[in-house]
Amino acid sequence: MNSPFSLSRRAPRKVTQPFVTLAHGGGGTAMRDLIEDVFLEAFSGAGHPAPEDQARFDLAALAAKGDRLAFTTDAFVVDPLFFPGGDIGTLAVCGTINDLAVGGARPVALSCAVIIEEGLPVETLRRVVASMARTAAEAGVAIVTGDTKVVARGACDKLFLTTTGIGVVRAGLDVGIAKGRPGDVVLVNGLLGDHGAAILNARGDLALETPIESDCAPLHDLIDVLIAAAPGVRMMRDATRGGAAAVLNELAEASAVGVRLRELDVPLRPEVNGFCEILGLDPLYLANEGKLVAVVPPEEAQAALDAWRAHPLGRDAAAIGRLVAERPGRVVMETRFGGERIVDMLVGDQLPRIC
Amino acid sequence: MRFVDEFRDPALATALIREIGVLSARLERGRANPIAVMEVCGGHTHAIFRYGLEGLLPDLIEFVHGPGCPVCVLPMGRVDDCVAIAERPEVIFATFGDAMRVPGSRKSLLQAKAEGADVRMVYSPLDALELARRNPGREVVFFGLGFETTMPSTALTVLRAAREGIANFSVFCNHITIIPTLRALLEQPDFGIDGFIGPGHVSMVIGTAPYRFIAQEFGRPLVVAGFEPIDLLQSLLMILRQMAAGEARIENQYARVVPEQGNPAALKAVAQVYEPRPTFEWRGLGSIAGSGVRLTEPYAAFDAERRFAVPDIKVADPAACRCGEVLTGAVKPWACPVFGTGCTPEMPLGALMVSSEGACAAYYQYGGVRGAAA
Repeated sequence: MNSPFSLSRRAPRKVTQPFVTLAHGGGGTAMRDLIEDVFLEAFSGAGHPAPEDQARFDLAALAAKGDRLAFTTDAFVVDPLFFPGGDIGTLAVCGTINDLAVGGARPVALSCAVIIEEGLPVETLRRVVASMARTAAEAGVAIVTGDTKVVARGACDKLFLTTTGIGVVRAGLDVGIAKGRPGDVVLVNGLLGDHGAAILNARGDLALETPIESDCAPLHDLIDVLIAAAPGVRMMRDATRGGAAAVLNELAEASAVGVRLRELDVPLRPEVNGFCEILGLDPLYLANEGKLVAVVPPEEAQAALDAWRAHPLGRDAAAIGRLVAERPGRVVMETRFGGERIVDMLVGDQLPRIC
Repeated sequence: MRFVDEFRDPALATALIREIGVLSARLERGRANPIAVMEVCGGHTHAIFRYGLEGLLPDLIEFVHGPGCPVCVLPMGRVDDCVAIAERPEVIFATFGDAMRVPGSRKSLLQAKAEGADVRMVYSPLDALELARRNPGREVVFFGLGFETTMPSTALTVLRAAREGIANFSVFCNHITIIPTLRALLEQPDFGIDGFIGPGHVSMVIGTAPYRFIAQEFGRPLVVAGFEPIDLLQSLLMILRQMAAGEARIENQYARVVPEQGNPAALKAVAQVYEPRPTFEWRGLGSIAGSGVRLTEPYAAFDAERRFAVPDIKVADPAACRCGEVLTGAVKPWACPVFGTGCTPEMPLGALMVSSEGACAAYYQYGGVRGAAA
């Protein structure tokens, strides 16, 4: 069932039932109605995709953009589907665009596979698809192919999305997790932990009234700006699950360097800081969906920061630490007193502490 | 952050550290061992590591991380009992988050959940009571865990359940009390602790009077402390000053939160709902008389142990673990033969590797500055 966006020659079909049923995944007319009315309608903004089982790309046009193809995929299972600052649709588009962009690639196109639990309101699906379409259009990336499955109640949680993306890596640019060197500077483009805190807060178990919005955003533009200002950039990663701590630990290990962070330099929103205080969480481990961790050579650090701070997604950019030769593989935080602690990888999820 | 940053002021910390240095150097003369101060509470252990306080203090001072992490001292058999209750089809088992990963002899609650048990993470016992209201056809069991800090909230929830006649709610009571355990530690013949940093939140409930025996019978100072770095440094200095003056008193550094008499309303609820058990087992320390509580007869209907035939499983601590000795300060975490090898936060063998408040987990995670592999 790999042709969800294929077109019929007849008049556009409409979904009339209020809820998605197993029939919508059955391959018959109900499925065609759903695909045409919900997905195709939203995703065809940039020109109707061809009625084929696959999207096709002109290789020469791709080759003109760079010298390597980047290819990535990501699955999205967030609960709740909608949260302050975004929803599963914006996440699915931004997440995959960012995974391409941090490799130095310019994103070209996305696919979208959808697993729907029967009983999901069609209106919910429309809202998610609309925000996917809007986010992709704003980022100038087309959603060109996809798939739809409906599963029995309980077989998935409301709605799961998988997006796969391709992009083209700029000629000559070579960034990677193993390229950090002692002396390099660690940059982030803004306040850490907003997404993780927003999701925990949106689950409503805590009844905190603090509005914390997800930072969900596509970062390819910010990466363009960074590469222009700091062409020697060594590494870029979006600090999603596991937060900045996970990225920095991977970096320390892969590059065989130590990472020294300064607690006072880590940019945090006061609300997120307070949220973490209450729950006994560490914001360095909270997920972000619009935050980059970049490593640049020291002589380019100031130019990179200046360029970022002039960009709307980089206003609160900061240099949070540097790479050192000592204690390779370790991330060490200088606390505000000049004490130090090791910032290790998490075993599983952070769990709130009892007291 | 207002009301927090003031207690993390580096300049103030530097001044305190300087004073601690001077005083400890004076105290050290004629001593064979460093000055050993036990912070009883897991929250203090966490703060010490989070702010890297050990590395800032002179080598003459040694923190010994005491038995005040309720998740850590929970015996394996009790976790097995939790799992047995949680696996009953009619039960929704509600627990604080960090208890979910504690290993039982067969599995943790997290594993039981993965295998189909209905285990829910809550932030308060009242959330569990709300679950019971919303699921009248199910049995909601709240995993009551913790010292006097969490005891009153469980007690008040039981009182409310009784008042509202919510029959499908019960508590698997594993609340413990710190005083008998402190006494048991002090009665050990070669207990080498010079002074105590007393638990802040526990004292908020019980006040400062219950600690008096520590000064009067055992001649050790105790200072009830807050949880911010400045609180801890100031408390340490207060202990050193007492030692320098040859005194042993109970002092309250955390007066902004801890009234001398405690919280009478909370104590009343606690006295109404709980009674001491003859003994309770602590992981790493063994059975300690009077250190655990259970629900009193009038609230027996809300006691999960009486409602369900809890297997009451007894499991010996793993033989290789030296948790008990680490808890009393006799052995440093990294001196345990399984530290970081057979026992890691991923696969904890011993109690102290389980929660981020456990001494071993803290050393492993944050890297002890002196000695632990970094």
